[in-house]
Amino acid sequence: MKYVLLICDDETVSPSNEELAADPVHQAWLADLDRRGGALVGARLRPVVDATTVRVRDGETLVSDGPFAETKDFVGGFVIVECANLDEAIAIASGHPYARWGGVEIRPVWE
Amino acid sequence: MTASRDRVRAAVDAAFRDEWGQVVATLIGLTGDWDLAEDCAQDAIAAALATWPRDGVPRRPGAWLTTAARNRATDRLRRDAAGAAKLRQLAVLARDPEEPPSSGEIPDERLRLIFTCCHPALPFPARVALTLRTLAGLSTAEIARAFLTAEPAMAQRLVRAKRKIAEAGIPYRVPPAGLLPRRLAAVLAVLYLIFNRGYDEEGTGRTLTAEAIRLARLLVRLMPEEPEPRGLLALMLLHEARRATRVDDGVLVTLENQDRSRWDRGLIAEGVATLDQALATRRVGPYQVQAAIAACHATAPDATGTDWPQIAILYGELARLAPSPVVDLNRAVAVAMADGIPAGLALVDELAASGRLDGYHLLPATRADLLRRDGRAAEARTAYEEALRLAPTEAERRYLTGRLEEL
Repeated sequence: MKYVLLICDDETVSPSNEELAADPVHQAWLADLDRRGGALVGARLRPVVDATTVRVRDGETLVSDGPFAETKDFVGGFVIVECANLDEAIAIASGHPYARWGGVEIRPVWE
Repeated sequence: MTASRDRVRAAVDAAFRDEWGQVVATLIGLTGDWDLAEDCAQDAIAAALATWPRDGVPRRPGAWLTTAARNRATDRLRRDAAGAAKLRQLAVLARDPEEPPSSGEIPDERLRLIFTCCHPALPFPARVALTLRTLAGLSTAEIARAFLTAEPAMAQRLVRAKRKIAEAGIPYRVPPAGLLPRRLAAVLAVLYLIFNRGYDEEGTGRTLTAEAIRLARLLVRLMPEEPEPRGLLALMLLHEARRATRVDDGVLVTLENQDRSRWDRGLIAEGVATLDQALATRRVGPYQVQAAIAACHATAPDATGTDWPQIAILYGELARLAPSPVVDLNRAVAVAMADGIPAGLALVDELAASGRLDGYHLLPATRADLLRRDGRAAEARTAYEEALRLAPTEAERRYLTGRLEEL
């Protein structure tokens, strides 16, 4: 199964890329992902102030600033993984440092 | 003829109750298709009703039903191109129905089924409904009635849950050791909710308490090494033993005033023995502690002979294992009975000040009861009135009204 892991938090911690790279929890998470060989693609996203949302309503393209939903947490990165089942995806997600203060949403890829 | 027909009907009913979960679980294991599994189990029951009166009740009704359901699944899959791969699997696993059951190296399919039904990725109400439908064989209508939900809404809940299992890739398995403690706790929570849902109801036919006890017994049999399923089973048995005395003429009867001569001694003995087996593993858990508290009450010769100091200690242990303000409230009562009303009242007031039980009727009800015992009638009255405003059931309101009138 393919899953997209949406790495979310409220951006109050917001470590820099360098800080994240130096975080032993993040390093362990990357090593675990590497060992499983399941990561297909992933990226860290710039903060939500840089986000633009596109909606099309009645044929009209509406562009607005900010994230698509008024939620407390924002997507700060994502990774697409291939794994055996939801339990494995949960295992990967729970190892990410953001899971500790934000959350990781697991979405099965619609294939 | 009628008598024999009744006997066959009873045999089919018994087979349905005892074997439904096993048949559905086996068919899901073979085909991976939950709807197909349920449909074929249903067809197998219908086939039993049609043929057993003529041919007699088979020696092993469960094996007969599983074979009938599997054959039905084969027929249905044969008509479907995508079913071909599943069919090969069915062929490999087809067994002689008279073959003795395997000696335990193959895990019981029902264990996989129950852990899948209770997976934390499913919403809690869906876990409960799915467990009752697939393991206990309750109809959607029966489940809807038990949870005061409209039948179409309950049907929708079941459909969504089964769809999520397939689409999100929830594995059909017993979780590995590392995940087991938390996942087992989730299973036990579902069974306990089913029990509690049935506890306040005076129903006939298939009561939820009986279903919960049946499922707990199954879990104990399937996981004999785990102490907490035994703890939960013991807890249910000890509560069940007192069920008939809990309400009198629509009025709640508190433990203190229940007619102990009407408690079911057989269930109490079984509950205590089951608890002892669990405690022997020396791996204590919240259900074992709750069962130990229930055992203190169930084995006390009378209300005044209750071992309150022991109960206070057990609630302290429970608060450590599974912290909750409701546990703290119960501990306050035990402390009041063991060390005197003022000590207990102080704990209740502390809880009230924390605001953690705001809106919970048993907080003012408990406070009222302690004030009454302490002879502080005016304060007790105010507290009873507050409890009365918050009480959710008619039986409790009648009880509180009675208390108020006695003051």
